[in-house]
Amino acid sequence: MTEASHHIISYRKLSAVWGLLLLLTAATVLITRLDLGPYKIVGALSIACIKSGLVIAIFMHMKYEGRLLRILLFVALVTLAIFIGFTFFDVLYR
Amino acid sequence: MSHSEHKDYAGAKLGMWLFLFTEIILFGGLFILYAVYLHRYPREFSSGGHELNVIYGATNTMVLLTSSLMVAMAVTAIQGGRKLLTLRLLVGTILCAAIFMGIKYVEWSAKIHHGIYPGSAKLAAGPPGESIFFGLYYLSTGLHGLHVLIGGSVLAWIGVKVRRGVVTGDDFVLLENGALYWHLVDLIWIFIFPLYYLML
Amino acid sequence: MNPSDNLHPASGSFWNDTGKSGISSWIFSTDHKRIGLLYFWSVLSFFLVAVVLGLLLRIELMAPGRTIMGPETYNALFTVHGAVMVFLFIIPGFPGAFGNLVMPIQIGARDVSFPRLNLFSWWLYMIGAAVIIIALFTGGGPPDTGWTFYVPFSARTGTNVSVAVFGVFIVGFSSIVTGVNFVTTIHRLRAPGMSWDRLPLFVWSLYATAWVQILATPILGITLVLIIAERVLGVGLFDPMKGGDPVMYQHLFWIYSHPAVYIMILPAMGVISEIIPVFSRKPVFGYKMIAFSSIAIAAAGSLVWGHHMFTSGISDRAILIFSFLTFVVAIPSAIKVFNWVSTLYRGSISLEAPMLYALSFILLFSIGGLTGLILGAAATDIHVHDTHFVVGHFHYVIFGGSGFALFGAMHYWLPKFYGRKYAEKPALIAWALLFVGFNITYFSMMVLGMKGMPRRYYDYLPEFAPLNLVSTMGSWILAVGLVLMLVNLIRGLRSGEPVGNNPWGGATLEWTIPSPPPTENFSEEPVVTHGPYDFSKAGKP
Repeated sequence: MTEASHHIISYRKLSAVWGLLLLLTAATVLITRLDLGPYKIVGALSIACIKSGLVIAIFMHMKYEGRLLRILLFVALVTLAIFIGFTFFDVLYR
Repeated sequence: MSHSEHKDYAGAKLGMWLFLFTEIILFGGLFILYAVYLHRYPREFSSGGHELNVIYGATNTMVLLTSSLMVAMAVTAIQGGRKLLTLRLLVGTILCAAIFMGIKYVEWSAKIHHGIYPGSAKLAAGPPGESIFFGLYYLSTGLHGLHVLIGGSVLAWIGVKVRRGVVTGDDFVLLENGALYWHLVDLIWIFIFPLYYLML
Repeated sequence: MNPSDNLHPASGSFWNDTGKSGISSWIFSTDHKRIGLLYFWSVLSFFLVAVVLGLLLRIELMAPGRTIMGPETYNALFTVHGAVMVFLFIIPGFPGAFGNLVMPIQIGARDVSFPRLNLFSWWLYMIGAAVIIIALFTGGGPPDTGWTFYVPFSARTGTNVSVAVFGVFIVGFSSIVTGVNFVTTIHRLRAPGMSWDRLPLFVWSLYATAWVQILATPILGITLVLIIAERVLGVGLFDPMKGGDPVMYQHLFWIYSHPAVYIMILPAMGVISEIIPVFSRKPVFGYKMIAFSSIAIAAAGSLVWGHHMFTSGISDRAILIFSFLTFVVAIPSAIKVFNWVSTLYRGSISLEAPMLYALSFILLFSIGGLTGLILGAAATDIHVHDTHFVVGHFHYVIFGGSGFALFGAMHYWLPKFYGRKYAEKPALIAWALLFVGFNITYFSMMVLGMKGMPRRYYDYLPEFAPLNLVSTMGSWILAVGLVLMLVNLIRGLRSGEPVGNNPWGGATLEWTIPSPPPTENFSEEPVVTHGPYDFSKAGKP
């Protein structure tokens, strides 16, 4: 196995991502000040997902990692989704 | 021992990610409760959420994002062998952690001053869903705050190692893993912020 | 190896080749074999403590009314019996003890990926255990909630629940650390040629187990933190007076604790998958399916926690879904049983002690598994829920399954690490006593439960008396068998007949190196050229 996968991410790219994250934060504050009803939750959480995706992909170098880590992360997130989702089999229909 | 002769860089990072999964699931337990109780008490959650200070929350979000940027830059810096810059960025990150905790302290004290804390008489007199909301708020932000403290301490310890030349441009997996932990702290906050401060 | 080496099997092994043998060379050792033995003896000690508590419980239930203790003591004893057995014995038992001892050798590694973290996990385990012990003798006395710590009782009882729960939290962290270490090790440190389809089935089962440890244990962690928060801060998340929902506690608890059942049973299945082919002198039947079913059990086992709550007031739809999924888990379990039995078919079976435990595992686990389906079907569960039927069922799975597999592993692998072997005949007698005693004890419980005797009750109706007496007598046979087994085993490890590299004729890597192995296991990195059950290529016993 080669260990040559040390990808160095430039300061510029990191700063650009940071800028984007701040913009998204501003966006999420703005849209939650509007009266969107249930879409507020959808909007806020979608933006949160995009933000965490950016942090994971660039800040945490996931974009440059091998397939294994990505699959494992996916497994962990699916597990959490199942824990939340299956609880709702009870909560929604009680 | 002689088996330290080869360092398994990818293995160390895999181990760190596995540990981060456990952290995500740990907070996941609180997110499960949040989801269930939000479903049950939408109105109480909404009024509770409006009592939280968006300015504090948003400021802390920006502080944490900036700290995340600095620690990511620190990884880039050490890869380029720039020791001094690495140290400066780590100090910056830890400063952000301190600012975050300071704002958190002001925020919590204000709430506690108004009689809003777990088991308080005011919450006991209010509607049941509201004490659930604030109970979850205190537990989530408290557990997150604990992680900020742990993460800050870990980064300080790594900073010492950078200074002593133990963590260098050739052997920086410790810093990279410390940075991963710090990003996780940021990630959790990225969800706590809208869940409690914004979308209710 | 030349045969004269076997006269002094301990020389040049991990017992002494570092030149250090004091207590600190053990409790601060990073060698996976030393840590494995530390785990083994600590786990075994707690097991014996919990066994004594179990025997006392059986004596109390021997006859209706008060026999030897009052109801408060009884409540404390069954709580501590359960908590110690689950958290201090069987969960750390396989990964901590035999996983550490055997897994790195089986994949051809010198150690685990993070040796220091490995030592740390044992320390966490001991510290957690110490905190639990402190909880028993301080504050309001030992917890009386049952090992499940159900709210609202656990939030209100005056006994020392907070401290005990904190101890369990620490032990849980130890379990997570082991899980992280094992997944990394299995991914990163396999020897050249040790492809995934050549991985011994015990390693496969540990891999699946480690994933359960990583992904489920944190939920236990947060649940325990919430109990403490309820008790100390009065947050009220599970308190209906404050809008909380006690059933949510049960959800969180079982999201971990059902998968935890698979932490207990999966490695046991792995042990059986090792022993059966070796003592049948035949490649395992359906290697890929057994490996795959470990992963399938771990995955499907994470979807079924609701079946512990059929009578707790969860929605009918949830009952239907969780009941269905419970039946799904039976499929991979049955795949394993069928494959073991097919491995036996036309094998040249030798009935030595490890094999006897493996064969009884198949029978007892099948009984435990099938009675599990009675509990997994909502309609029948409502009849037998919280009766002694449940107690009998899970003892068949965890004691008859995991426990017997652990005994089998002790006979199979400990000679490797001590270089000496127990006497065969007492081992067979001990097995027979254990097997007979076990069935008398726990089958009676299942019958009692069917007749309606509730679990965790201090007293019972006179009509249940005869079978309770039988069950208690059975527990004595069980105890005699256990003592005989341990005495014989320990005496054998100290002064028994020396064994060579490969006493059983196994084909996995641990049988290619000396018994006991040297500190870094392999003098040179092994290159794997054949599968783990390819006996034609392995040495003769």
